[in-house]
Amino acid sequence: MLACSQLGRTLPRPESRALLADVTFALERGEVLAVVGPSGAGKSTLLRLLNRLDEPTSGTVLLNGTDTHSLAPRELRRRVGMVMQRAYLFPGTVAANVAFGPKQQGRVISPDDIDALLSHVGLDGYGSRDALTLSGGEAQRVAITRALANEPEVLLLDEPTSALDEAARHGVETLLESLIRERHLTCVWVTHSIEQARTMADKVLAIETGRVTGYGPVAEVLRA
Amino acid sequence: MLNYFFHSQLALGIAECVVAALLALAVMLLARRRAPGLLKELPVAEIRGVAQIVAVGAILAFMLRGPQWTSVLVLAGMMLAAASIVRKRAKRIPRAFALALISICAGAGVVLAVMIVFGVIPLKITMLVPVGSMVIANTMNTQSLFLDRLRGEVTSHVGEIESALALGAGSEAAVLPYLNAAFRACLIPSVDNIRSLGIVWIPGIMAGMVLSGASPLFAALYQFVVLTTIFSASALACFVSSHLVTRRIFSAQEQLVLR
Repeated sequence: MLACSQLGRTLPRPESRALLADVTFALERGEVLAVVGPSGAGKSTLLRLLNRLDEPTSGTVLLNGTDTHSLAPRELRRRVGMVMQRAYLFPGTVAANVAFGPKQQGRVISPDDIDALLSHVGLDGYGSRDALTLSGGEAQRVAITRALANEPEVLLLDEPTSALDEAARHGVETLLESLIRERHLTCVWVTHSIEQARTMADKVLAIETGRVTGYGPVAEVLRA
Repeated sequence: MLNYFFHSQLALGIAECVVAALLALAVMLLARRRAPGLLKELPVAEIRGVAQIVAVGAILAFMLRGPQWTSVLVLAGMMLAAASIVRKRAKRIPRAFALALISICAGAGVVLAVMIVFGVIPLKITMLVPVGSMVIANTMNTQSLFLDRLRGEVTSHVGEIESALALGAGSEAAVLPYLNAAFRACLIPSVDNIRSLGIVWIPGIMAGMVLSGASPLFAALYQFVVLTTIFSASALACFVSSHLVTRRIFSAQEQLVLR
């Protein structure tokens, strides 16, 4: 489903600093890869290379066997969704936020479908609410719904609960876990929590200072 | 009071400039904590401004004796200079000089040409250069405001813009709300100038026309013409700029470059 080989990014001159180098992994459909490592290790950079928000300077990414360089960035990003650390909702209603992605592809998502999606993430009747007045946890649920409305084949999760308080964090994590299981989502989940990696992931990729320090099944990499 | 000390027109003019420049410095000194950088910039800007305007006055005096087409050369030179000034305000926007030059030429150039074709602005050095310079200068200011505001909007909404890109939006769609905000903001002064015309502001050109013997009513109407021409040129330049700037702040792979 998603595989990358020798993936890396080096900043252009004069900095010429390698942000990430030689990342290789492969995920089957429905598998979850937890990316762990300290802050600044290059975890978010990896996600940004996978959907080409940043340009890789080396290596290849294959989505269902197709080199992502041969896909238009818009097409790639529709197929590889992303939820960031913060929700970054757009001004307007919650429903408009959810409909944003499909609208970019000229697809209209019906109000009933939006309600159903929102209901699924515990936001019944939120469609007409002003997106910018939501709490952190609610906003992140909308951001997840917004990403799922595009029906992505792969979902990239960049520490989606790190900016939330304890109560909201637990709710959003539980939601993500159930969504991933129900929908057999292929996920790359950047997390600080080893516990979360153990519960949710099939494979683990450990990164430190832009280099892979471990990769393999959870039981193997997170033995300690 | 200055009249009492200075009897020649030139000496009086210089004295008036000194008073005006010192007053501007005094105001900036009072407000120095708000923008310390501006206090350093102002004296240089004042010296540069006075030198330039005196040079233009001298050139204008010389040109009045020459052929009419030379005024087009002067306006072209002004557009080049304006683009270079805009570039300095448009920090971190790649290839900003070309962007500003194309936009100013498209805005001020096209609008001035239309007004000349209709005979609203006579093809005479004495009219074309002063009115043209007003149009170009205001277009330049609006361009600087537009690009400065756009840079601020984009750099403070990187998350929202990249979220839109990550959802499959094109670069134009992702930056559209911020382009619109910058476009609206930079045209507010021009609209307010038209709105306040005569009530808050009686601009110099009208006073000049009345002083030189034109009917006050014609001078008043012509002032409206000048201000709406300025607005059209500024808006057209920003419209062109808003289309060109997207390609400069995003890469070909629709990645946000301005961060």
